[in-house]
Amino acid sequence: MKKDILICGVGGQGTVLASKILAASAMVDGDAVHSAETIGMAQRGGPVTSHVRIGDDAYSPLIPFGSADLILAFEPSEAVRNLCYLKKGGTVIVNSVPVKPVTESLNDTGYDGTEMLSYLRGKCDCIVIDGEELSKEFGSSRYFNIAILGVAAGAGRLGIPQEIVLGEIVKRVPARFTDTNKAAFQKGAEIGAQYAIK
Amino acid sequence: MKEYVMGNGAIGLAALAAGVNLVSGYPGTPSSEIVETIAKYPHEGVHVEWSVNEKAAMEVAAAAAYSGARTLVTMKQVGLNVASDPLMSLAYVGVKGGMVVVSADDPGPISSQTEQDTRRFAEFARIPVFDPASPEEAYEMIGDAYECSEKYRTPVLFRPTTRVDHAYAAIDFPEKTEPKPFEGFIKDSKKWVIFPRLSFANHAMMEKRNVEIGEEFSSYRYNTVEGTSEKAVVASGISYAYAKEFLKDYPDVRLIRIATPYPFPETFVKKALEGVTEVLCVEELSPYNEEQIAKLCGRNGITLTIRGKLTGDVPASGELSTNLLAGIFRKYLNLPEGEGAIDLSDAPALPMRPPVLCAGCPHRASFYAVKKAMQGRKCYFCGDIGCYTLGNAMPLDMCDTCLCMGAGITMAQGFHWTDKEGTAFAFVGDSTFFASGMTGVVNAVYNNAEMILCVLDNSTTAMTGHQPHPGTGRNMMGDIVEKVDIAAVLKGIGLTKVVTVNPLDLDASVKAVLECAALPGVKAIIFKSPCVAIVKPTGKCIVNENCINCGLCISEIGCPALIRVDGQTKIDRSLCSGCGLCSQICPMGAIEAEEVSR
Ligand code: SF4
Ligand code: SF4
Repeated sequence: MKKDILICGVGGQGTVLASKILAASAMVDGDAVHSAETIGMAQRGGPVTSHVRIGDDAYSPLIPFGSADLILAFEPSEAVRNLCYLKKGGTVIVNSVPVKPVTESLNDTGYDGTEMLSYLRGKCDCIVIDGEELSKEFGSSRYFNIAILGVAAGAGRLGIPQEIVLGEIVKRVPARFTDTNKAAFQKGAEIGAQYAIK
Repeated sequence: MKEYVMGNGAIGLAALAAGVNLVSGYPGTPSSEIVETIAKYPHEGVHVEWSVNEKAAMEVAAAAAYSGARTLVTMKQVGLNVASDPLMSLAYVGVKGGMVVVSADDPGPISSQTEQDTRRFAEFARIPVFDPASPEEAYEMIGDAYECSEKYRTPVLFRPTTRVDHAYAAIDFPEKTEPKPFEGFIKDSKKWVIFPRLSFANHAMMEKRNVEIGEEFSSYRYNTVEGTSEKAVVASGISYAYAKEFLKDYPDVRLIRIATPYPFPETFVKKALEGVTEVLCVEELSPYNEEQIAKLCGRNGITLTIRGKLTGDVPASGELSTNLLAGIFRKYLNLPEGEGAIDLSDAPALPMRPPVLCAGCPHRASFYAVKKAMQGRKCYFCGDIGCYTLGNAMPLDMCDTCLCMGAGITMAQGFHWTDKEGTAFAFVGDSTFFASGMTGVVNAVYNNAEMILCVLDNSTTAMTGHQPHPGTGRNMMGDIVEKVDIAAVLKGIGLTKVVTVNPLDLDASVKAVLECAALPGVKAIIFKSPCVAIVKPTGKCIVNENCINCGLCISEIGCPALIRVDGQTKIDRSLCSGCGLCSQICPMGAIEAEEVSR
């Protein structure tokens, strides 16, 4: 399989774990994988991206513009910021919950994400997930990174069998959170199933 | 076994696989994970240390290398400036055990002060350098670098760039590694003591040897040519990966890759250029290959058009990418435009997300205390390298200068000597204090300067990922060690006024600053409170009904946890660490610690 998946969000949202699980799952599925993380200054409340490149003819660790099959965006404006990576016909799965810039209280820009979502809807195959709604029953938004993998898998946009992804999740989360993570993944998969290409 | 690791991890594992005996380094993005990887994997019999700075790391390793041990020294590119004193001389003296010095370059720059190019440093120091294009290659090349170092008895540079350091790949790593047995130091002052006569003789030897190494590199497995076209592309390091990504669809294009930039593999390049009429050099940081090829052609009477940074075909600064190269290649090779990507010209304006100090960061409180205490007085605020450089941002605006590690302390003195009316402050972190701050304090005392040194002691090296340092009482071998006490060091240097204060106690901190400002000479305040990223928050604060929405808390300190929701001032519980700084600013007593039900 050849697939480029970009994960983006804001520092602290758990994008790195999602990218590690994806990379590991693709390897278990028998593919060559390369990935890259943004690390450093940018991590402190700044935009973060993980590039996951599946297949053996990936040379650049970063996905070239216009090549990503799938973008998993943890935040609406970050989806737009990285839309240049999406290929024509690619899918964006985006969390509708905005993360206001930490400087927002100092200079109010009124950013609430809605403008970003309508822009995305007009530009590409876009699956909008209400992360707040989805996370309610888990009591914390920190399972969103697992849930969005579920959405992608359920919607058939991942190209990796769900059991494999679930197996890699279980391997990587602390034992006492295994059940909640599994439930988050399954919940995501259910939501994703509504968007499955028939 | 297969390990999925980042490029830095691959470098660390490769050193273990090569039987490294001693590893030393100083943290710096993008190089820090190399030492951390080695410390994390089994490494019995290998000495691993975070040294106090890069110069120390290089010297510790040099002695081990004199003894025949295999050593690895790691740093970021500006760290190599600090270590350049021992390295330049070591190049003349040479080594016995293999010595690989990793200096990670940072095109962009993404998290560095400069866009310097370690390949230039190799040429300057007259020592070989390897330039990997991927984590897999980095893993393979480390072994080659040790072979080269031992064969020619020279330290060898190894320069990955950020995108190689932070890229992940699967690496085949042996189940078990063992440090290589070595002979030990054999005394020979004619060999190990650098004197002008030795330098003279060895300089001649090095120049002759480098020609030999260049020849050997000419058949090195990673110096490759693909394609046969008359218009060629030359690339090295990550630029090769970007070039290959685009040119994989154009296999005819002659792609020449130089993995060993110095000594330049002349025979290889000459052969690779046969039948070529025009060459485009794609590289980051500096036009190194471009200049080498120009010299080579000049010396050999080869007629060739050489394009690159010097001709404006490739940007002079900043990172390259596959996208950027696609445009450059299309123009150079007369290729049709690529199929249109999604048109994003009508995208809405995106919110900016500049880096800021974390919510509850004690540095914010320290800066604020100084600002408050010195309000209305002329001051110079000299910053330094670390998280606290972010003290420059609004609304704190407490960082007037930032040059290089440790410079704040000495620059404060320079401001004092040019303006005795102003009060000169230097802000330095605890790790930076040990790395290169102490000598600056001695300089101040010795020369009778007047300044206030603020040590922002958060008990870690926060910016680069929380490495231990001499003040933390822990080292990289996991030993509990004697803490080096910053106050005692300062008193030992001769400071008579050294105050330690908790920055989260605003009144006490302001008082300490005022006290120091009233005294002559060199004074120091140690603002001591742990980094919020490593200590679990003790509680949260909330805004109560007394709030009149004056907005003072927000505009004074700009803590990211202080927000406005529908015009009402609130605290974001998910961010707040309960540091209590804002509660000491609110004039209405409207911010209080949340009741914790136990
Ligand atoms: S107590 Fe106030 S200043 Fe401290 S982290 Fe919470 S909101 Fe920020
Ligand atoms: S300073 Fe106090 S009164 Fe003013 S907005 Fe902040 S919490 Fe409310």
